[in-house]
Amino acid sequence: MFQNIGEIVVLLWRTLQSMPQSWRQRTKVFEQLFEIGNASLLMACILSAFIGGVLALQTGPVLAERGMVSVIGNVVGMSMCKELAPVMMAVLIAGRIGSAMAAELGSMRVYQEIDALRTMNINPIHYLVLPRVIAISIALPMLVVFAVLVGWGGGAAVAATNDTIGITWHAYFSGLRDTVQLGDVLNGLFKSFVFAVLIGVICCHQGLSTIGGPRGIGRSVTKAVVNSIVMILILDYFLTRFLMHFER
Amino acid sequence: MSHLSPNSQSVSVQVRGLRKSYGPQEVLKGLDFEVERGEIFVLMGPSGSGKSVLLRHIIGLETPDAGDILIEGESVRSDGVMSKYRLAMVFQSGALLNSLTVEENVGLYLTEHRMKPPEEIRRIVAEVLAVVGLQGTEHKMPAELSGGMKKRVAIARALVIEPQLVLYDEPTSELDPLIAVTIGQEIRALRRRAHATSIVVSHDRDLAFGIADRVALMHEGRILCLGTPDEVKRHPDPLIQRFLTVDFKTP
Repeated sequence: MFQNIGEIVVLLWRTLQSMPQSWRQRTKVFEQLFEIGNASLLMACILSAFIGGVLALQTGPVLAERGMVSVIGNVVGMSMCKELAPVMMAVLIAGRIGSAMAAELGSMRVYQEIDALRTMNINPIHYLVLPRVIAISIALPMLVVFAVLVGWGGGAAVAATNDTIGITWHAYFSGLRDTVQLGDVLNGLFKSFVFAVLIGVICCHQGLSTIGGPRGIGRSVTKAVVNSIVMILILDYFLTRFLMHFER
Repeated sequence: MSHLSPNSQSVSVQVRGLRKSYGPQEVLKGLDFEVERGEIFVLMGPSGSGKSVLLRHIIGLETPDAGDILIEGESVRSDGVMSKYRLAMVFQSGALLNSLTVEENVGLYLTEHRMKPPEEIRRIVAEVLAVVGLQGTEHKMPAELSGGMKKRVAIARALVIEPQLVLYDEPTSELDPLIAVTIGQEIRALRRRAHATSIVVSHDRDLAFGIADRVALMHEGRILCLGTPDEVKRHPDPLIQRFLTVDFKTP
């Protein structure tokens, strides 16, 4: 495990060192961005609409019982932008995009495509890892913006249409506006950026260290997704603690 | 001027006391030999004798436990040596990048190292594809090609580099005899055109004796014999004679 962590840190460092190559790799970054957006945007919107909805559904009746239903917009708004959207989108991207990255690089490793690159003096980190890490680091925060907006909408729809909650759209969004500040949204975006780098590096590392045939690729994909999700949840706690220092 | 004009300087390769183990299994047991500039050197031997591992050491994909490999007297492990010389390897499977078209695969080296403008790269790619008899396949994906075509695309990818040293890993395996002969002729033609040194790993006896200037026979991580094709054929060692003459009629 410690060897894996060490290798991931080294890969992250080498990827950061190769940042000056980013402009040269822009075509691949755009291709990856298109792929990530295309594969995830609809799913992200559906997921967030239902997360926002279920959050309103669970908290609404409890708040209504205590006569605090007016703060439902505050609760859903804050939870979505600071916690649920960044974490759920990161988990979604780890499952959908991280697995694809690990599988693609794993198969390139097994079928000697990465060796072929090295024999041509093409650095696999510049050519394969850097565009993926940059693309996922741009795409995940953008998806989180969509997820937050749609999640707020999902919560509002449930709050307005559920008889037990019975709050108007206007009251919901006015409560949300009173509580959620730009800093809270940026807090969530910062988290999602860190998660994105983590997913990119973990999944690329797992793909590049694949050994064996198709079975090895399958093993790498599973490990990449599981490790990413575990690391997202662990890091989420520490990032939250860290970001609390900057809050009002 | 053609991209394939003989303007490259071939290189010599020295293998010195090379040893490599994977776990308890010693795969290379102290290899010593030299490949001269511009020669076609064929490494033969049964499967599992360490031929491909040796090739991966020469191109710098593996690090030896002991010994060294020198290109023009410089260790391949020294900084900058692998980028100083133009080396190419034709992998057994072709190792084409499956997400790229044939044109992108063949032009990859020039594109990534920004050696020529895109129009020029397209022209060069068309030229080398014509040389290996694959004109018109530029926009095909590797998955649409047969095994023989993939190997020829891999050779075209090596040609584009104008290599000083080309390594071939089992270039004729899985190919029908007609394509195998074409590939053998291509290896010789590449030496003629680019003046490249060629190291070929194969257990195809016809290929080895058809194209080699010198042949080495490996067995269990050691070189059993090394010489011109005629010298190897006349070698008295019964193990070598068995490898060279065994066929389906041999009891």
